[in-house]
Amino acid sequence: MSAVVTSGVGKVFPTKDGDVVALTEVDLEVAEGEFVSLIGPSGCGKSTLLRLIADLDSASSGTLEVFGKTAHQARVDQDYGIAFQQAGLLPWRTVAGNIALPLELHGVAKAARAARVAELAALVGLTDFVDRYPDQLSGGMQQRVAIARALAEQPRLLLMDEPFGALDEMTREHLQTELARISAESGAAVVFVTHSIPEAVFLSDRVVVMSPRPGRITDIIEVTVDGARGEALRESPQYFERVTAVREALHGVPTERANER
Amino acid sequence: MTAALRYISPVIVGVLILALWVLVVDVLHAAPRALPSPVAVITEFWLRFGIILDDVQVTAANAVIGLLVGALAGILLAALAATARPIDGMLAPLVAALAVVPIVALTPIFNSMFGASSQFGRMAVAAIAAFVPVFVNVLRGLRQTRPVHRDLLRASGATGMQTFRVLTLPTALPYLMTGLRIASSVAVIAALVAEYFGGPADGIGTAIATYAKSGRASLAFAYVAGGIAIGLAFFLVTSLLERLVSRGRPV
Amino acid sequence: MRRSAVLWGAVGVLAVMVAWEAYKFLGPADGFVVGAVAGETGSGFMLLPRTNERSMPHIWDMVGRLFESTSGGSTPPLIVPVVTAALLTLGIAAVGWIIGVAVGALLGLVMQRWRLAEWGLLPWIVVSQTVPLIAFAPIVSSIGTQIDRADGLPWPQWLSVAIIASYLAFFPVAIGVLRGLESPDRIHLDLMKSYAAGYWPTLLRLRIPAAVPHLLPALRLAAASAVVGAVVAEVSIGMRGGIGRMLIQLAGQGSSDPAAPWGPTFGSIALGLVAAGTVALIGLGLKNYRRGEATA
Repeated sequence: MSAVVTSGVGKVFPTKDGDVVALTEVDLEVAEGEFVSLIGPSGCGKSTLLRLIADLDSASSGTLEVFGKTAHQARVDQDYGIAFQQAGLLPWRTVAGNIALPLELHGVAKAARAARVAELAALVGLTDFVDRYPDQLSGGMQQRVAIARALAEQPRLLLMDEPFGALDEMTREHLQTELARISAESGAAVVFVTHSIPEAVFLSDRVVVMSPRPGRITDIIEVTVDGARGEALRESPQYFERVTAVREALHGVPTERANER
Repeated sequence: MTAALRYISPVIVGVLILALWVLVVDVLHAAPRALPSPVAVITEFWLRFGIILDDVQVTAANAVIGLLVGALAGILLAALAATARPIDGMLAPLVAALAVVPIVALTPIFNSMFGASSQFGRMAVAAIAAFVPVFVNVLRGLRQTRPVHRDLLRASGATGMQTFRVLTLPTALPYLMTGLRIASSVAVIAALVAEYFGGPADGIGTAIATYAKSGRASLAFAYVAGGIAIGLAFFLVTSLLERLVSRGRPV
Repeated sequence: MRRSAVLWGAVGVLAVMVAWEAYKFLGPADGFVVGAVAGETGSGFMLLPRTNERSMPHIWDMVGRLFESTSGGSTPPLIVPVVTAALLTLGIAAVGWIIGVAVGALLGLVMQRWRLAEWGLLPWIVVSQTVPLIAFAPIVSSIGTQIDRADGLPWPQWLSVAIIASYLAFFPVAIGVLRGLESPDRIHLDLMKSYAAGYWPTLLRLRIPAAVPHLLPALRLAAASAVVGAVVAEVSIGMRGGIGRMLIQLAGQGSSDPAAPWGPTFGSIALGLVAAGTVALIGLGLKNYRRGEATA
């Protein structure tokens, strides 16, 4: 069974200046355990598509299935974990409290919660910071907490909307390596929105190139690599070749500035 | 549909309240004597409109003068506090205290200082009441300039006066408007309530107190309508001002 | 930082006292009147007060009077009835505060839950504060006496005062709770939605904690409003024993005993400060919920 299957999905937003077609005719299939990136310029609908999968918005047309169910059912059944561009940590909870939030909401017992939180904190390298508050953490650390939180219930699908967008390049590369390791270990499928070409190539099995007005998929680039995705990959010719492939696919896409829409 | 609902719902609630009022007083006769029938209130208001208007003018005048004086003082002292640390240090605890003490309790003192036939006590109380929100909001507004804007003006070689005119003042203006809006309602209420604590025998508050005590409830409520009218008028004027100033501004 | 605030506050109070005595010493004996007509006493408008003992007692006289007997003979020093009255009013205001907070919080919750409720009720809640207390104080009082006489529920007079005080106290709480519950970021709301968390878990774990920075100033304001409400209600109902009545009483004797009215005046000021200060203490225990709160 595939993690995500979309067929002819479209999304239209009514505005006072007329309808905006955010997405049209989106056909995409994400296999279990597959890492897929959505990349494209502003307004191409990548975040909208992610929100549709997450059932944070509903599609105007077409069908969308997550693990064979409707997106709504998948959300109710808690089949996915989500991370946003801003970490979105609750400021009055410690790191441990934030990671535990989904567990608390879904009635996990206290002891089991504590154990899982410790496990996740170790996974993202924040064991020494579990009692700190978000305002005491750097942006990168906050994002790590958000990722740990997204993994709390061992979801089979991870949805991530530019989670590293607000971080500096060095932290970003480090977290990408961590994410690659974590997703390989957990075996979850990942749908990852980004506008960084190197990031998309580094992390993904496939890169989905999108274009705006109307938002649609224009290309899907396969990124198969030999060996694991680690620091060595960043300097391999294979990597550069794939980055070029994605860039050329994107150049076929007209870039449009926001105020010219 | 929803836009219409937004304006209709308070009207519906108002009609419901009125209906309940009429039900309790006129239909069920279950109300205490102190609660008059809305019909009686409207009748009295209509019949006594002239004398109600006289008292409205007294209270409204006290409130307006208090509002203007208090607002002016608030703006001046906030400007001083924003520029001089020691003044801010002295004023901050005093204003915080003023914000929580019952200012109307000072009315008897003012009346003995300025004479029991003077409106000064009521104006002073209204002024103090108006001063606090204006001071607090203007001070906040003067401190809201964003560092990126301050850097921009500094890099452009702007003088202190220029920076004030081009950046600080426009940034602080919406806060001033908010302060004025709050101050206007507070000034009206303060001017009215101060009348219960002595002074000349005029004004809406004294009338309400007198007629409520002597059992003429419908007349008392007619005066209340006058008082509400003053409050609403002040609120509308200052809200309009606030809206005019914040037009075209990003939130 | 706190200590220097107290110090500066003391300096400020001292400055006010110095200004008072300085004016008494240097100011015109008959005050400053504009628009006076010669030969007509009491005409014109007095802008600055007279500096005699009756209009402006010395500060040390004001303080000293507190320790002299209340009404001559063997009556206790003035400070005793002032403190007693202040404490009584404080207690009534506290009850009014509790009622006001409960009603205001309930209204805030309802208005946040249903947009329609907010649209329908909020304008009336705002308008409610323009209705002077003194208009319906007699209504509450007479309903109260009726209930008391009907043998069912004992209804002491102070309870009517507390109810009237709660009328002023509920308003800031209703607004504060509404604003606070609506304050969470879009991203936090999306997060809760992604957890399929319904209304109640979202309320408990997100909206209420996020509301704390809005709630605390509202509670402080409600305490100050409850005090004002209690004082005014005491005067309009004619309740004995509270500081409101004492203010009026001693003001009436002001010509023979000018320093006396300052006693209950100081008492009311202290009352407001104590009420607000007590509520501010609540904020201390909730420090974690105020992280990321921008300082005003």
